[in-house]
Amino acid sequence: MRVLLDIAMVLAVSAGAFFFLAGTVGLLRFPDSLTRLHALTKADNLGLGLVVLGLLPQADGYLAALKLVAVWLLAQLAGATVSQMIARTMRRGGQRA
Amino acid sequence: MTAATLYGLCGAALVGLGLYGTIVHPQPLRKILSFNLLGAGVFLQFGVIARRGAAAGMGGDPVPQAMVITGIVVAFSATALAVALVLRLFQETGGATLGTDPPARQYGGEGAGR
Amino acid sequence: MSVALALDAGLALLVLCVAVWTIGAGPTFAAVVGFVAFGLLLALVWVRLAAVDVALTEAAIGSGVTGAVLIAAAARLRLTEAPSAAERPSATLRLAAVVLCVLVFAGLAGLVLYPANPAPTLAPAAAVHLPELDVGNAVTAVLLAYRSVDTLLEKVVLLLALVGVWSLAPDRFWGGAPGILRPARTDGALVLLGRLLPPIGIVVGVYILWVGAIAPGGAFQAGAILAAMWLLVMIAGLRDPPEIGHRWVRLLLVAGPAVFLAVGLAGFALPGGFLSYPAGHAKPLIIAIEAVLTLSIAVILGLLVAGPPERERRR
Repeated sequence: MRVLLDIAMVLAVSAGAFFFLAGTVGLLRFPDSLTRLHALTKADNLGLGLVVLGLLPQADGYLAALKLVAVWLLAQLAGATVSQMIARTMRRGGQRA
Repeated sequence: MTAATLYGLCGAALVGLGLYGTIVHPQPLRKILSFNLLGAGVFLQFGVIARRGAAAGMGGDPVPQAMVITGIVVAFSATALAVALVLRLFQETGGATLGTDPPARQYGGEGAGR
Repeated sequence: MSVALALDAGLALLVLCVAVWTIGAGPTFAAVVGFVAFGLLLALVWVRLAAVDVALTEAAIGSGVTGAVLIAAAARLRLTEAPSAAERPSATLRLAAVVLCVLVFAGLAGLVLYPANPAPTLAPAAAVHLPELDVGNAVTAVLLAYRSVDTLLEKVVLLLALVGVWSLAPDRFWGGAPGILRPARTDGALVLLGRLLPPIGIVVGVYILWVGAIAPGGAFQAGAILAAMWLLVMIAGLRDPPEIGHRWVRLLLVAGPAVFLAVGLAGFALPGGFLSYPAGHAKPLIIAIEAVLTLSIAVILGLLVAGPPERERRR
């Protein structure tokens, strides 16, 4: 049972890391600031969620696990707001890449 | 080679980098930035000393850590004051330069900072 | 070489690469963004050095609030980017600077690689008195009990820096409101964040203040978080920056150092002298000092980012 949990943790964290890598590849390879924003917010939020999921069994107690989930939710909130603001600025004033 | 030694070398490199940036950049804001890097390197040296002093069940000596916390806050207040000085210089003279020649007022004077 | 050491080496290398980018980047704005990322990576380094209080302070103040000040300044100074030809450093100056910096690096690296043996430490001395203070976090004990004079002086330094920033305004603006913060257009997403995040942030800040007695945390980190929430509300346009001549602003600014100083002077009645705590009453006093200190720090940090007043005082 413990071994299964460890394998699931490693898989989840590795999948999260892969999504971060994919987001970074998108940041480097996409031609346009708007598409780069899209890659970053989608992939990074999913990656963070998978990492948090993988770390939940490691947390000591329900409160610590709740804090981890809160971190993920707050990161999503901040990321969503910032990407909206950047996208609106770019649509109004032209891009400065 | 422990982790503390590794980060100590990193801190020493940061001091060198920050010093180089402070000397070489002519813009005051870049100098302030490099000076902050220099400070971060010095704080890392403190952190290495703290880590080496791990004893009595603690992961690190708390006294250098408290000094670094104090140092970070004081470094921020110094940065804020320096930045306010640079912005006032820009408002008064229209240029942010530490050179001794009076700058040509190309960018406008008071109120141009808005 | 163990896995942990390899990861530490990777993190140190990453920190150095971001630092090189900060020094070498062309536009100042890019350098400032690099500096903010550098600060966050440095917080990870502090966690690896088992100094979690310092990591919190570095992330909140060293990278967060300092980054806010530098970004605002970089945006305002964008026109003065290109240095005049007379100011560009010559090749000899660069070479001399490189030589000097390599020498400094070599000296510090020597200190790191050949440290004093056995390592000097004050940890046992700090741990001895923790039970009678009823404080679990040794760093909080050092900041507010063993070396409380340093913390009092640091608070006064913050206040003096704020007075210095205010004194840079033209005379007629003294007592007015700072004007730097609001963006040109109110953005719906930012207003939503400004309404949603501050309640959560205030709870997190108060929690970090409270838990700082037994776990990593404390007054400065909590003050920085509260200041960040206040700045968010001001930047979102939901509240105006206060006029610096207002009575409550002045009161909040002075309350922290005043309470600290009062407790300190009351310590003369005890055998320990200035800033000594009576036995058994140390923890309530420490918490009282920390609470008022946090409020003061939050107001000071927020006003330091807001800058000097730019409008006349409305009488």
